[in-house]
Amino acid sequence: MKYKLKVNGQTRTVEAAEDMPLLWALRDGLDLKGTKFGCGIAQCGACTVLVDGVARRSCITPVSSVGNGNITTIEGLSRDGSHPLQRAWEELDVPQCGYCQAGQIMSAAALLAKTPNPTDDDIDGAMAGNICRCATYLRIRRAIHRATELGKATASAATGSGK
Amino acid sequence: MSTELSRRAFLRASALAGGGVLLSSFWEPVEAATKARPAPAPVLNAFIRIQPDGVVTIASKNPEIGQGVKTMLPMLIADELDVEWKQVRVEQVDFDSKRYENQWSGGSAATHNNWLPMRRVGAAGRAMLVAAAAKTWKVPESELTTSKGKVLHGKTGRSIGYGKLAATAATVAPPDLATVKLKDPSQFTIIGTSVPGVDNHAIVTGKPIFGIDVTVPGMKFATFVKCPVFAGKVKSANLDRIRGMPGVHKAFAVEGGSDLEGLLGGVAIVADSFWQAQTARRALEVTWDEGETAKQGTAAFDTRAAALFKEPPHRSIRKDGDVKAALSKAAKVVTAEYRYPFLSHAQLEPQNCTAHFANGKITFWAPTQTPEDGREMVAKVMGIKEDDITIHLIRAGGGFGRRLNNDYMVEAGWIAREAGVPVKLVWTREDDFAHDFFRPGGYHSFTAGLDASGKLTCFRDHFISFGTEKDFAPSAAMGPAEFPARFLSDLALDASVMPLGVPTGALRAPRSNALCFAFQSFLDEVAHATAKDPLEFHRALLSVTPSPPPGPPPTAKPGTPPSPALDPARMLGVLDLVAEKSGWGKKKLARGSGMGVAFYFSHRGHFAEVAQVTVSKKGELTIEKVWVAGDIGSTVINPTNAENQIQGAVLDGISEALGQEMTFEKGRAVQSNFHQYPLLRINQSIPVEVHFRKTDFSPTGLGEPALPPAIPAVTNAIFAATGKRVRSLPLSKHDLSWA
Repeated sequence: MKYKLKVNGQTRTVEAAEDMPLLWALRDGLDLKGTKFGCGIAQCGACTVLVDGVARRSCITPVSSVGNGNITTIEGLSRDGSHPLQRAWEELDVPQCGYCQAGQIMSAAALLAKTPNPTDDDIDGAMAGNICRCATYLRIRRAIHRATELGKATASAATGSGK
Repeated sequence: MSTELSRRAFLRASALAGGGVLLSSFWEPVEAATKARPAPAPVLNAFIRIQPDGVVTIASKNPEIGQGVKTMLPMLIADELDVEWKQVRVEQVDFDSKRYENQWSGGSAATHNNWLPMRRVGAAGRAMLVAAAAKTWKVPESELTTSKGKVLHGKTGRSIGYGKLAATAATVAPPDLATVKLKDPSQFTIIGTSVPGVDNHAIVTGKPIFGIDVTVPGMKFATFVKCPVFAGKVKSANLDRIRGMPGVHKAFAVEGGSDLEGLLGGVAIVADSFWQAQTARRALEVTWDEGETAKQGTAAFDTRAAALFKEPPHRSIRKDGDVKAALSKAAKVVTAEYRYPFLSHAQLEPQNCTAHFANGKITFWAPTQTPEDGREMVAKVMGIKEDDITIHLIRAGGGFGRRLNNDYMVEAGWIAREAGVPVKLVWTREDDFAHDFFRPGGYHSFTAGLDASGKLTCFRDHFISFGTEKDFAPSAAMGPAEFPARFLSDLALDASVMPLGVPTGALRAPRSNALCFAFQSFLDEVAHATAKDPLEFHRALLSVTPSPPPGPPPTAKPGTPPSPALDPARMLGVLDLVAEKSGWGKKKLARGSGMGVAFYFSHRGHFAEVAQVTVSKKGELTIEKVWVAGDIGSTVINPTNAENQIQGAVLDGISEALGQEMTFEKGRAVQSNFHQYPLLRINQSIPVEVHFRKTDFSPTGLGEPALPPAIPAVTNAIFAATGKRVRSLPLSKHDLSWA
């Protein structure tokens, strides 16, 4: 079957069986390999993408179930890596092996969209579905806080330039 | 004779088109020059390319598995070259044993192996650029200095960028690498500063940089279904049905061998997409010849270990004095049995490898820690000459020792040749848990004797492990220097083994990650039996002059230096530091809260750690904090990564201790995915405070040595909090309630 998917602001067509998880449609159908395969049963979060702004585990989301939802992958979070989360991740040197980090960032993006100033508890609640096998969690927590600061700075700069 | 002296290192310069220079460093055995036989080709171990615009490209030769080596090795060169890090581009080179040496990642060895060789390459490059400037300006070299990628002439205030000197530098005779002047450490501008990982931007923007992301033209996707019982064989399979399924290109049985580390029997399915291969797999029906291993399992291992404890040990690992006689004189004897389970690596990127076979030659894109071993196995199993095997090194989504084995490489190669198309083999997570090279479990029966003053006088361990009459199974051994060996005059380390059909291998801090728990917990137990503060007990134990470390095994090459060994002064140093930082002995903690201490020497690093825990009356464990003091020598090369590695290693140890256990039934792994094998999550991460004690020793690696003491620090803290001694792992199986 052919499916039309709205991915990162573009409408893309992918040929897939209806039970094919969105993960494989993205990776192998659309060559968007930033979204990672870790477990296949929604236990590790490496495959996290946003569908209409909500974090979804793409490894258990059949491609046929996405419909008109707006899918955002790590490649679509920003044009050039300038999203506050991406900048914070680089600034605090979060990654070790790096394999889980796209999923971590997408879960964090869903959190910040809903809770712009998260507490540690908010972060732990929203991020507990994402495994980092290298256990960079202490930096992930700091980077999410740092991203809120960077986001505010960007927002106020944008407001400033609009005047 | 050290390795250093047995070979000669030298630098060559060549001009690049457009005015750049390529500096390449090589080494060759000294004996090649003195003996009447053909000299082997010199081996390239590093290179630097300087372009006219001043951009400096530095090769990184070792596999990157998350330990930060791709950033660290070029830092060593760049600092001595005296350039700014922002001028530097890092290039991952392919595996090429004719050009590079030590192209592997494991044992936390890269720092130790490269600290001087890489710095010398950078320093020699700098010397050549200085010589080029002296030639250009016609001034003595002694009047010239360098800074930030420029040569400066103080007298005249002139400066010139390295890029502009590159063409002239290519004509200068390279200095001798053995005597080239290195910077005084106070002059370092990059070493000792925090440099973020060179691939961070690619990682946070989702670039396809991992093995699983590789795409080659015409590529198909392979899945390989092995017998759930290790080394079982295919008897029959419904291959005709599978071949008719959508997208399936080929389906065939692989005979495989009996070497657990090589190609095993199974069914390969090659399809147009990963998902089609998996869909076909769900319809696959295989009748297996399960073999003898089907009789093995965890319950039988436990029963056999209990029986072996009652029998005389099979072998002696170390014997000092007369433990039996010493025990008969002891005022107090403490005994306890400890055990720990098998573990899985569970690196997050499932095993994968891409292979393309054409015209008798094969090319791999492999996330491996040991490409040379992989090539050797592929050559042996597939009958392909080593020269016809190309391996591209690809960043791995975690190593932890799993990718020291290359089973996935030979599988991908075999399937690619049989299928006649390039294939990307991707394991499922279930494949990964079912076919790991597990950290072996083990059992210890300890006996310690104390004199009337509470001093430890003698020690015995009967270690039950796995293997044959001749050898321990991989990573299932214990060495003759296991502490308190060397520090007591009456000590015996004995072992008995049982046969094992389960594949085992190195897991981050292999052997140490298990032995440290058992030994450091038991020593804490002994300390409490003497009513001494454990830290005071350890200080007393370490305050004797130890016997020398054991020499290299008889099979080692002549000239091999003795194994690195625990240095009591360095260990006392980190114990004092961690005591100070954690407030050891100074805090008044309520019942239910406590602190535990443990120390360990592994991978050339000395580490002492303190954990503070609280256990509720109902038995809920909260680990509050871990303090770490490490001695890895004179220099912490990249502090940001050092802290990250140590925090990760400590949390990894805690993750193992809390709930991880692999069990086996009927010769197969029981746990199949993360729902049965819990990895630590963000809501369980606790603060890890990291301190270094800098000493005059050459710097050593950090990927592993912080892990082992984390586990007994926590279990010893649980004892301090509750009076409950944890003698087996994981903690999830213990009732920690107290009243």
